[in-house]
Amino acid sequence: MTVFMVRRLMQSVVVLLVMSVIVFLGVFAIGNPVDILISPDADQLERERAIRALGLDRPLWEQYFVFLANAAKGDLGRSFVFNEPALRLIFERMPATLELAGTAVVLSLVVGIPLGLYAGLKPQAATSKGIMAGSIVGFSLPTFWQGLMFIMVFAVMLGWLPSTGRGQIGTFLGIRSSLFTLDGLAHVILPAVNLALGNAALIIRLTRAGVRETLLQDYIKFARAKGLSHRRVVGVHVLRNILIPLVTVVGLEIAGLIAFAVVTESIFAWPGMGKLIIDSINQLDRPVMVAYLMMIVLLFIVINLIVDVLYSVIDPRVRLQDVKG
Amino acid sequence: MSAPSATAPGKIETPFRRLVSEFVEDRLAVLGAVVLAVILLVALFAPLISPQNPYDLSKLDILDSRLPPGSKSMDGITFWLGTDGQGRDMLSGIFYGLRTSLAVGVFSGILAMVVGMALGLTAAYAGGRTETLIMRLVDLQLSFPTILIALILLAVLGQGVGKIILALVIVQWAYYARTIRGTALVERRREYVEAAICLGLSKPRIIFGHILPNCMPPMIVIGTVQVAGAIALEATLSFLGIGLPITEPSLGLLIANGFEYLLSGKYWISFFPGIALLITIISINLVGDQLRDVLNPRLKR
Repeated sequence: MTVFMVRRLMQSVVVLLVMSVIVFLGVFAIGNPVDILISPDADQLERERAIRALGLDRPLWEQYFVFLANAAKGDLGRSFVFNEPALRLIFERMPATLELAGTAVVLSLVVGIPLGLYAGLKPQAATSKGIMAGSIVGFSLPTFWQGLMFIMVFAVMLGWLPSTGRGQIGTFLGIRSSLFTLDGLAHVILPAVNLALGNAALIIRLTRAGVRETLLQDYIKFARAKGLSHRRVVGVHVLRNILIPLVTVVGLEIAGLIAFAVVTESIFAWPGMGKLIIDSINQLDRPVMVAYLMMIVLLFIVINLIVDVLYSVIDPRVRLQDVKG
Repeated sequence: MSAPSATAPGKIETPFRRLVSEFVEDRLAVLGAVVLAVILLVALFAPLISPQNPYDLSKLDILDSRLPPGSKSMDGITFWLGTDGQGRDMLSGIFYGLRTSLAVGVFSGILAMVVGMALGLTAAYAGGRTETLIMRLVDLQLSFPTILIALILLAVLGQGVGKIILALVIVQWAYYARTIRGTALVERRREYVEAAICLGLSKPRIIFGHILPNCMPPMIVIGTVQVAGAIALEATLSFLGIGLPITEPSLGLLIANGFEYLLSGKYWISFFPGIALLITIISINLVGDQLRDVLNPRLKR
């Protein structure tokens, strides 16, 4: 286990470094921020001073190493637009995104697993066919259009729910979140459901597929033959085995939801990281783009690591030491 | 795979005919296939069946703009699905948009499949360093959501049809590569491959003539899902304003154009292109779903 963890951590560092090069080169190849940040009326002297102040006059590799050294100290540069540390901008907006993604994950699990179980256990029932048809719709709905329709129906036509912003923010146990006020909850419903729907559909389909495959296994027949109750067979033997693919997918989906929040946040004007990155792409705010991407990479690496460890806890067949390095 | 058509006389069971007969068992899947065929025809013949050429500016009349569905135009055409901010017939816009969306989705899907299969088969056959390098790249890429990779690529590359296709290919190839490598590793230990080796066939011939056809079933399933995903992703990127340019409006851009009118209750500009997009993706997914069930030997009792 320790060997595995060390090896995985080292791998993660390598991935992080590789990604930092890709992100840095990729992002810093877009256009010239000098043209955007400095007014065209500025004279040559002012331009040069600004370029030097931003460190844009040095060779690219030098810029990269400066960037890397600073990154190690937690400094990912200052936003060209806000003139604030990029990392602080990200951290300011991260809670909003995590709140949205977290709500969406919980929603999709609470809805997805029971429906998937039902559809897997009774594949021929009309309800199951309905669930599966619904899941195909949920799976196929493009998030952005679905969000527009939510706004149209629930905000414009019915006027039930607000369509933009995060609403009032409450504090509970030192955590600030809009989940703690009624107004905030009303604001979170539409974006969270919008984000969760596709995911719920995926979980329904995975659960159903897992159940269908597991039910054909010999050990299920054996458990039945032993006279175990239906409840126990499903609740213990089936559920435990479908958890394995589910944990992997849910882990990756959390990461995916945080990334896909870009779309939902843009539509619902949710003040999270996703909206920040779209704005920075449009404004060519390179430090913010780099900081966002590095944070996302870090987040994904951590999530993947957690998923791997959970995997071995749930499935004793997975011997972590055997994973090829 | 030289499969005779399903309507050929005689009752000899061929893999293809068995596939068709199992496929039609699910009525929903058949419906999906029929709808998909209609959509493909509409996209193919859009210029012939559209009531109006939506990109011929001389045909547009600003007085016709933002008309609700069913209105009549100044010169007597009925706008069944209403018009957009420029007085463009939505139905025609959707037909042309479908054309762009489908072309981009299918073309990038095929390209990604070719690239993915080539790299995946290379990895499976070459082994060693090559395999490690390719598969690490696959792992690295698959650990990031497609939208994020596409976002970065398009931010770097800029806009354009070629660029979005490139981005979609880069986003998708890894899925094909991983799957075909797994299948190919199993297939190459089969007896027929040993037999082919004993016969002294060349390596490319064994790989492409014998192993590749047997790897196709999972590739077809992934292909359908990926094309649907590519169409949705392209629409999303175009909606965010970093996808296709305005000169080649796909369904995503049509929906984005309607966003500003949505809050004032002019729903049709966003609504109908979205429905078209949804029906397209659903029918592809229905077909893909049934193909997966039919082609998956683990579900056969």
